[in-house]
Amino acid sequence: MSADHLVSVLVRDEPRVLTRITSLFGRRAYNIRSLSVGRTEQPGVSRMTFVVTGDRNIVEQAMKQLEKLHDVLHVVDHGLHKYVDRELVLLKVAITPESRVEVRQIAEDFRARIVDVGRHALTFEVTGDEGKVTAFIEQMRPFGILETMRTGRVALTRGSNADLPGQVFHGGETEVLRPVLEAPEPSETQAGGMPGVS
Amino acid sequence: MTPPNGAQALWQTLAAHGVGTVFGYPGGAIMPVYDALTLFPDIRHILARHEQGAIHAAEGWAKATGDLGVCLATSGPGATNLVTGLADAMMDSVPLLAITGNVARHLMGTDAFQEADITGITLPITKHNYVVQEAGDLPRVVAEAIHIARSGRPGPVLVDIPKDVQLAAFAGEVHGPQAPPEAPAPDPHALEAAVALLKEARRPVLMVGGGAQGAAAEVTAFARAWRIPTITTLMGLGAFPASDGLWLGMPGMHGSVAANRAISEADVLIGIGLRFDDRVTGRVKDFASRASIIHIDLDAAEISKIVRAHVPVRADAGRAARLLTERAQPLSHPEWTATLAEWRTRGEHPAHWGAAQAVRQVVSRLGPGDILSTDVGQHQMLAAQLARFDRPRRWLTSGGLGTMGFGFPAAIGAALAEPGVTSMVIAGDGGFQMTAQELATLTKYGIRNVKICIVNNSYLGMVRQWQELFHERRYSEVYLGDSNPDFLKLADAYGISGWRADNADDLEGAIDAWLAHDGSALLEVVVPNEHGVFPMVPAGAALSEMIETEPQAVPGGRA
Repeated sequence: MSADHLVSVLVRDEPRVLTRITSLFGRRAYNIRSLSVGRTEQPGVSRMTFVVTGDRNIVEQAMKQLEKLHDVLHVVDHGLHKYVDRELVLLKVAITPESRVEVRQIAEDFRARIVDVGRHALTFEVTGDEGKVTAFIEQMRPFGILETMRTGRVALTRGSNADLPGQVFHGGETEVLRPVLEAPEPSETQAGGMPGVS
Repeated sequence: MTPPNGAQALWQTLAAHGVGTVFGYPGGAIMPVYDALTLFPDIRHILARHEQGAIHAAEGWAKATGDLGVCLATSGPGATNLVTGLADAMMDSVPLLAITGNVARHLMGTDAFQEADITGITLPITKHNYVVQEAGDLPRVVAEAIHIARSGRPGPVLVDIPKDVQLAAFAGEVHGPQAPPEAPAPDPHALEAAVALLKEARRPVLMVGGGAQGAAAEVTAFARAWRIPTITTLMGLGAFPASDGLWLGMPGMHGSVAANRAISEADVLIGIGLRFDDRVTGRVKDFASRASIIHIDLDAAEISKIVRAHVPVRADAGRAARLLTERAQPLSHPEWTATLAEWRTRGEHPAHWGAAQAVRQVVSRLGPGDILSTDVGQHQMLAAQLARFDRPRRWLTSGGLGTMGFGFPAAIGAALAEPGVTSMVIAGDGGFQMTAQELATLTKYGIRNVKICIVNNSYLGMVRQWQELFHERRYSEVYLGDSNPDFLKLADAYGISGWRADNADDLEGAIDAWLAHDGSALLEVVVPNEHGVFPMVPAGAALSEMIETEPQAVPGGRA
């Protein structure tokens, strides 16, 4: 049964991390329907939210492969707990003197905000779950959509059962980004100084 | 005297980790590292004749010792020549550190001379990779890379160092090695479930993979304590002794009749340190279709990736085997044992002269501690079927990637790691020519314990076999016999002695002379063109659909 699965990943905020993760998905032919990336409240940690399409086995395998990456600190399967999710869309719709009022009325129903007003177009911002965003786009379609940009879904686990980095790793900032190796022990080679130098 | 720089910090860090031998090839963007090497007389650098030779030698070192292999290359073409070896090491879980030079930081991304985005290129074929941005980071990054390469499921890690970082002043401290993290303890409930299944089993089979090479003693003790008939995969050969009465051979496409039938008939199959490669499973939906499957692996992502495990056990092979041995109840399955004994006599290669006979004669001369490397193809499968390994890490082959050109340089790496044993390589006439230039490496370093055997059938034999069986004998571009070199003259040109034989009697004498020769030597065995490797499970077929013996000989030579 192919379906959409919502997964969040906490990653080190380092170059190539996005490539590393998307290349993993690409190579194994896991289809990403949407992807949002941003910094977290914790310096050095970014958060990605994916929507992966596939059956349960594919999603499980994708998560296990993600967990193997050195840059991945934690993987959250939103299918396991209740969550809130949101998506934002910027939508530019054509207007005419006749349609202007109707368009604005629909926008009001969706609690869309007008973020730009042109002579022949209005640009709206809508935030909501995926269904609401999709419904808004469908309502606007008959008027003539000029451009849209959707952010992709973002999600957080509900309540105190949080997946914030600090709680996931039980130790806050230092623990999350603790280097793989502890501080160096002075080694024997070093005690002798730099060969040929000292 | 040169002031301390990043390049020196690199060598210091390697030395602090006990790295004593590295394989490499210099070039413009790695010159500061080679310059600093002159300050470290205790580190032995082996100059290969191609970066692919260097990395396969490092793999051979790692596979034979279980320890880290290290190789060096310059930027651009040097680095891209490592790609095959990195992919090979990734597939076969080889602990490997590859160090590449790159152009100076201000040139990176400008398409500078000999620039390639090697970290980008190797993202999917390394366990992890780095570009070092500051000389001060070098010791930490290299120590971390070694740690990642060695810990958990081992693999290759690449560290790319821009030339100006190699030259930058360095005044920091180096990192020594750290103990790898303790492997996760197996879930006691999962172990309990495994024990319960084993106790009830009537037709149990144990499958041992390459992940158990470091846990051969524990796995063997487990199999013996429970008295479970045992199969070793291509990568697992030697992780359970072939001389043990419980051993059934190798499974899969060219596996033994006994192993493949045992899998098809088993009611409980316990796999340890393996990943159910498609060459092992045949058609997956029919693989072990009567069995409850217990899968023990350190890498959680391997469990239920191909074959769904009824009892998944994420654990280190040795630790899991020890715990299962503690719970041992010797099983008694007289009917199963009798059936397996009957199957064991099936699918033998005929005794007439051919590649199988040649390989049988050659591998029978391996001593218990000797190492056998192979290239890829018919000779590899024949060697896997016919050699008998009682110890782990004596069999070096490119399993997952199937890399032609692997065997010979891998044998050089193993020979340097263990100068006291014979490091034998069996290659085909095709694969040997992919890395034949490493004959120079033997000569340069006076390596005396590499014995090269080329099984020459004038074809890319395995491809030819498939064309014979599945492409109506249209032998498209697989004939090499009209342009193969005189292998003895080729060896002679590098100062290596050689012998040749084309029949069983002459072969015995040639083997004697070849092995008795004081130094590395080459043996060319000329065999008939059109012999195949059997048993064989056709690609996409089920293990139960195997062709046990060679069909009637096909007429003609080249089509």
